Amino acid sequence: MIQFMLLFSRQGKLRLQKWYVATEEKQKKRISRDLINVVLQRKPKMCSFLEWKDMKIVYKRYASLYFCCAVDSTDNELITLEIIHRYVELLDKYFGSVCELDIIFNFEKAYFILDEFILGGEVQETSKKNVLKAISQQDVMQEDEAVTSALEEFGLV
Amino acid sequence: MEMLQQLRTQVQDVMQNAIKLPTTPIRLRDLIRQVRAARTQADERAVVNRECADIRSNFREEDTTWRCRNVAKLLYIHMLGYPAHFGQLECLKLVASHRFTDKRIGYLGAMLLLDEDHEVHILITNCVKNDLNNANQYVAGLALSALGEISSPVMCRDLAGEVERLLKSNNSYLRKKAVLCAFRMIQKVPSLKDGFVPQMQALLSEKNHGVLLTGMVLIRQMCEMGNDELIKFRKMVPSIVRKFKDLIGSGYSPDHDVTGISDPFLQVKILSLLKVLGKNDAEASDQMNDVLATVATNTDGTRNVGNAILYESVLAIMDVKSESGLRVLAVNILGRFLMNPDKNIRYVALNTLLKTVHLDNTAVQRTRSTVLDCLKDPDVSIRRRAMELSFALVNPTNVKSMAKELLTFLETADNEFKQQCSSSLFVMCEKYAPSRKWQMDTMIKALRLSGNYVSDYVVASLIQLIGECNDQQVYAVRELYRCLRDADLDTKQPLVQVACWSVGEYGDLLVSSSAAADDEREPLDLSEREIVRILEGIIRSKHSLLVTREYAINAAMKLSTRFSDAVEPIRDLLEQMATNVSIEIQQRAAEYTSLFEKPQQFRFGIMERMPVVKRGSAADHSLSDVEGGGLTVPNADDTDDLLGYHGEKRDARKKPSPKHSDLVITGTADGHVEAWDPRSGKSEGIINCALPNHLQDGPSHAPFGDYIASMDTKILKIWKRESGKAVTSVEPGSDLNDLCIVPHTGLMFMATEAPKMLSYFIPSLAPHRSGAPFWTT
Repeated sequence: MIQFMLLFSRQGKLRLQKWYVATEEKQKKRISRDLINVVLQRKPKMCSFLEWKDMKIVYKRYASLYFCCAVDSTDNELITLEIIHRYVELLDKYFGSVCELDIIFNFEKAYFILDEFILGGEVQETSKKNVLKAISQQDVMQEDEAVTSALEEFGLV
Repeated sequence: MEMLQQLRTQVQDVMQNAIKLPTTPIRLRDLIRQVRAARTQADERAVVNRECADIRSNFREEDTTWRCRNVAKLLYIHMLGYPAHFGQLECLKLVASHRFTDKRIGYLGAMLLLDEDHEVHILITNCVKNDLNNANQYVAGLALSALGEISSPVMCRDLAGEVERLLKSNNSYLRKKAVLCAFRMIQKVPSLKDGFVPQMQALLSEKNHGVLLTGMVLIRQMCEMGNDELIKFRKMVPSIVRKFKDLIGSGYSPDHDVTGISDPFLQVKILSLLKVLGKNDAEASDQMNDVLATVATNTDGTRNVGNAILYESVLAIMDVKSESGLRVLAVNILGRFLMNPDKNIRYVALNTLLKTVHLDNTAVQRTRSTVLDCLKDPDVSIRRRAMELSFALVNPTNVKSMAKELLTFLETADNEFKQQCSSSLFVMCEKYAPSRKWQMDTMIKALRLSGNYVSDYVVASLIQLIGECNDQQVYAVRELYRCLRDADLDTKQPLVQVACWSVGEYGDLLVSSSAAADDEREPLDLSEREIVRILEGIIRSKHSLLVTREYAINAAMKLSTRFSDAVEPIRDLLEQMATNVSIEIQQRAAEYTSLFEKPQQFRFGIMERMPVVKRGSAADHSLSDVEGGGLTVPNADDTDDLLGYHGEKRDARKKPSPKHSDLVITGTADGHVEAWDPRSGKSEGIINCALPNHLQDGPSHAPFGDYIASMDTKILKIWKRESGKAVTSVEPGSDLNDLCIVPHTGLMFMATEAPKMLSYFIPSLAPHRSGAPFWTT
């Protein structure tokens, strides 16, 4: 199972973090700082896996963003790469050719998509369509609410 | 006119109200812009601090309109690394709101800002319980996501019933989430699994891939937790296999296919469940034999997706009691992986081969040449794995060719590999060397190629090897002496140490040996004076390590009893060294010089040839067990050596002769300290000091005077040497790195993670009761 997932930029700025195993705040900061350093120092021709503490780190770079997953040492690294790729595809579909700025300004959406794809460190849905459907329907619910509350404010409802 | 007046007062009222109202907080988008526009870290901090102050005051006013926006901003601030925990309760308020937008952000905030240890959990449990029963599947979905991620054990127990109910729901969106919740819950509270087990049968007849996938995860978890479940679920193997066959055989489904492979995520999960079910069970393994063969043969390995499945099938085949044909197929897949252009796949293959090499050595042997090719891979992590695997593949028949390949590898290897490689070469030679002479040759070559990156253990062991082989000593000392005449001794200190020791010990053999042994090579200049001159060069060299110079000075002293012509030059040399800046050299030289003034038989008696250290004796054994551990041999008896324990950790194995140490203290990985007398090879006693936080290279221990100090990263403990009773302990609060004890003073210094060096004075440890030094406060 995935222990935690980090998204960070080439400059080492954290863009998204998801911890599936309870970790103290201080510890989280230390782990992400250390890990970001280790990953950024690796050369492009090195492989995408590294053994780190008692976990395996699987990372992949997409444009300026690194997607980095820490999985159990017995997990399948290659399918973890596919999980990362699937998440990128989902972001891409949702934002329409996603870029780092989309994730910075809409980080909550990126979290929502991740939560529909992975739960408790395991993949919950393998169909891209189902994930995006769930997200867009929830977005619609939010928009409806926004409209209703605006109308209420003007006394029209 | 009156109306105008009325209007004016109304406008004034509105204006005044507007001033009283809190200003509209800025939008998340604007905050992000402001933060990104900040030029320096200080600017950014200023923006964040101002915003946090606004958010706090908004929270204090219990403002509901902007709470959602404020929490969202706070989550952004949290991601930047600033404290945001004052927002925890606001998240709970959002979760309790009836608006979906509030709930969505509220649950997100709860997942990011709370973790299992918080008391706020009691507050959130009720909200989650209500939401789990909400008619809207998305509200229930949010609650399930949060429950799966941040539930505490108490929360798990309180909400297990709800999750059980949702497992039976006919809504697959909720079922898959409930299954994963159950998976996380039983990890935290194992006893809860009994409630979930009955629902599992139904999961297997499921059509929805999400539910099926999560079901595999949950069943696997249950099987790993209890034997009863394992036996129960083994009966389901045929139906899982059928399901799997359907999946592979199913036509194209645009939703689930990845580059023409039907649902790789599900395939991998099924395989990993089969792996657990078939382990140590012949019947279950037999039932899955066919499907494993089908997957391993038919999956298209041109893309990463296919290889992920192939890899999982290999792992399954290796773990279950599969037929031998299937195992060969699995190793062949890994062999193909080794030649794959994708470095990730090569890495995975090497890793897996390394794990399976003990199970099926002959099958893995076939991949040997490919593995050796990987030693030249541009990727350093692949080279490392290839090196480890190469050593695992060595056997008595291929040892010579493998050693040749590995020595070639060592020649160009990165420095970080050299130490491990030379140590492994030594172990390999010990196990498989066809002859002692070959073993010595190989090790001398290995030491020459690894330069200064050699573990001290190898130096000591090689010395022992030479000591043991009476018939090869002439050969060894000649070869090593040849090495001493090379240029660049500074970069080959370990080799120089071995060579010095051998020349000192067997100098007489060296001088008397005939030149017949090396007819084709350039003849050696074996005059006694030349040998002493070379040793002198090493002692005087500024670039030599202190330990190496110590080896050399000992060698020179020994030669004074083995040589006849060069005794005077040796005596001169030692006399000069008695004023050396290095205290260790100075003292040794002074002692040796005074030996010259004693009757000759003293010197000859003391410098007699070293008896061969018995192998397998307790001390030797314990040393090789803690390879790389922090071992220290201080000079507890050298009363006039002011810097006896001068903070420099010396490895026990650097000192083949135990003449100036009286105890060897070894630290074990489980927090024990064991004291050994190296002369008798007997254990003197064990202290369980319970030091779980190892220093980087194991716990560090040092005897001094009547005490033994043991230290890990958190605490220093001091014990009575005679009784093993605790005397005192020091726990400075920051992580400890190193310890330096000044003998016979009660003074000690600690290097810690704190900026200042800590100094301690413990009067009871000072034998003379001399009181604290004047500069301590």
